Amino acid sequence: MNAPGSNRDEILAALRGRLHRQDGDGGAEAVATRIAKPARGPIPARGAGGHEARVALFVAMAEEVAARVVRVPSPEAVPEAVADYLKSENLPAEIRLAPDPGLTGLPWDSQPLMAVSEGPARPTDPVSLTGAFAGIAETGTLMLTSGAAGPTTLNFLPETHMAVLKASDITGCYEDAWDRLRVVQGAARDGGTLPRTVNLITGPSRTADIEQTIQLGAHGPRRLCILLVDDGEA
Amino acid sequence: MDTTSPSFKENARKAIADPLVARSRGHIKAGFIAKRRKAADRLPEFEALRDAARDIKNHTLAHLDLYLERYEAQVLAAGGRVHWCPTAEHARQAVLEICRAAGARTVTKGKSMISEEIGLNDFLESQGIVPVETDLGEYIIQLRNEPPSHIIAPAVHLTRTEIEAAFRSHHDHLPAERPLSEPADFVNEAREILRQKFVDADVGITGANFLVAETGSSIIVTNEGNGDLTQCLPKVHIVIASLEKVVPTLDDVNVILRVLARSATGQECSTYTTFSTGPRRPGDADGPEQYHVILLDNGRSNMLGGEFQEALRCIRCGACMNHCPVYHAVGGHAYGWVYPGPIGAVLTPAFIGIEKAAHLPNASSFCGRCEAVCPMRIPLPKMMRHWREREFERHLTPRAARWGLGLWAFFARRPRLYHAATALAGPALRAMAGGRGRLRRLPLAGAWTDHRDFPAPEGRTFHQIWAERQKGRQP
Ligand code: SF4
Repeated sequence: MNAPGSNRDEILAALRGRLHRQDGDGGAEAVATRIAKPARGPIPARGAGGHEARVALFVAMAEEVAARVVRVPSPEAVPEAVADYLKSENLPAEIRLAPDPGLTGLPWDSQPLMAVSEGPARPTDPVSLTGAFAGIAETGTLMLTSGAAGPTTLNFLPETHMAVLKASDITGCYEDAWDRLRVVQGAARDGGTLPRTVNLITGPSRTADIEQTIQLGAHGPRRLCILLVDDGEA
Repeated sequence: MDTTSPSFKENARKAIADPLVARSRGHIKAGFIAKRRKAADRLPEFEALRDAARDIKNHTLAHLDLYLERYEAQVLAAGGRVHWCPTAEHARQAVLEICRAAGARTVTKGKSMISEEIGLNDFLESQGIVPVETDLGEYIIQLRNEPPSHIIAPAVHLTRTEIEAAFRSHHDHLPAERPLSEPADFVNEAREILRQKFVDADVGITGANFLVAETGSSIIVTNEGNGDLTQCLPKVHIVIASLEKVVPTLDDVNVILRVLARSATGQECSTYTTFSTGPRRPGDADGPEQYHVILLDNGRSNMLGGEFQEALRCIRCGACMNHCPVYHAVGGHAYGWVYPGPIGAVLTPAFIGIEKAAHLPNASSFCGRCEAVCPMRIPLPKMMRHWREREFERHLTPRAARWGLGLWAFFARRPRLYHAATALAGPALRAMAGGRGRLRRLPLAGAWTDHRDFPAPEGRTFHQIWAERQKGRQP
């Protein structure tokens, strides 16, 4: 087998040959421009409404794919909403929090019967609670980012995933959510990079591999509950 | 993967008589076709998005060398590694080296057609490493030791009866009298068994739907969440991807994502779309310590700049096979290699050689439905024609023409299928004939057109006219 360097050269040389690449043919400039100024394609008009319409679309689309959306008036009301949801679903009062000060700092004392811990998911954790970087109204999708405050395992291992989303973080389309993330991270063209993992999540896990019949809870969470905090417009 | 493509005719003959193939045809029609239609109709921008998606890939392919260099630089900047692999053998060896260095005994796997293409599972097993497929469909066919029959629904050819038999014989530590009949029973049993495998695996291997040059990210699009558990739990994440998966920017990904799920399953959006960039960062609460990308050529660079370049736009949504009357008739296995259906008929000769796959480009009823639904607007019938021409030049067409007529006979015995196919074939044949109204060569009816011109259909089909007349007579 060739050294890795020469495999790379061999493939790139083949590509250049097939494409008749030459220095000064303008290709490099075209590529640099496209990456420096990413161009948006057609954006579905359905997400173009104002704040109220965006939130309504987000809720409708998320519910369509079997996510549960619970409206909460303020972040402080989250622990009680969590307890109510778990009770209504007959689930254990036991929750694993993302180590995010915005979540761990909530008044969990108000729920003395709930076992609360924080950190990445362990295989035995039944329920997780995470934040969400954004909600995307177009398809009722959550955008979650990994980091110290966002273990990715919480989004997939527990049977029930709960996520807190601020209404002001709901965008109409994917592009708007990515633009927000580019700003937070420092755009790639300015030397920034994405978090290790960005998850777009639309409803709970599902499969149609048994005779094309949809079943929820294939490997990821069986339930997705979005706690939507009505914090007004951004 | 080994091929049985040279015996396509024999495979097809058996498949046409196979009740399993007939049943999966029912599932595909009731499921994918209607759902895709509904999703496409619901999005007014759908056709404009298809145009934009095609243009994005055309631009990328025209600058593929430059985008791959940019992509690699971004992966390195994020702390990952890229392994350039000219052939399947290079790719297998690269995966093996990474697994050996990690001391891996078990690897979990997300769904990857490239893994099928390079025959990774058999190879890893031969090296004493246990590969565990975790996508439910892939898991089922791994238990049955057979290849996928569809690129997004690998076990679509199986019913609960076969799956039950596979589960009972492999999961023999579970009570024999347990109920195993409802879809939920199967899903729950697989969930329990695979859960421990996710946690125990040393290496997780996934495919990639896209690679992003802007950010150096790889993307997987799934519904089950198995790909995510595969890549976020083990110490090492290996991505296997082919050269043409790269797209320039996140904005370009958004465009193609909007047509992918709708074309594939008819969903507005798949459940999980995951962007992975390098290994875990300092301070990250979890995630793999190593991130490797196996970047496979395996014949793709040869397709660039030639008459098959447009096939490199394919995003493996499966719509062309879902809508193909030949695929419906013979199922996926008859095609004899990794990629079935119309896209398989175009890719297989390019990847394993026309001499082994000469029958596949003839496996077309010429109805044009594949091109009509392909989100990337790949001219599949035209490409199959290119292969036939090449094959003709190479004098490799002994009985292909007769095979074509055999296929016609299959449709003729199934009037409803035939109607569906001919309603669409008429316009396609007219277009081929240009203004002349005659066709000098009709690939499926070579025995006929070798000796005479075939009249291009004009106006409506006989069946359409007959139906309208009958209707007109009703009081
Ligand atoms: S050729 Fe088109 S329709 Fe077929 S799998 Fe590829 S993208 Fe989908």
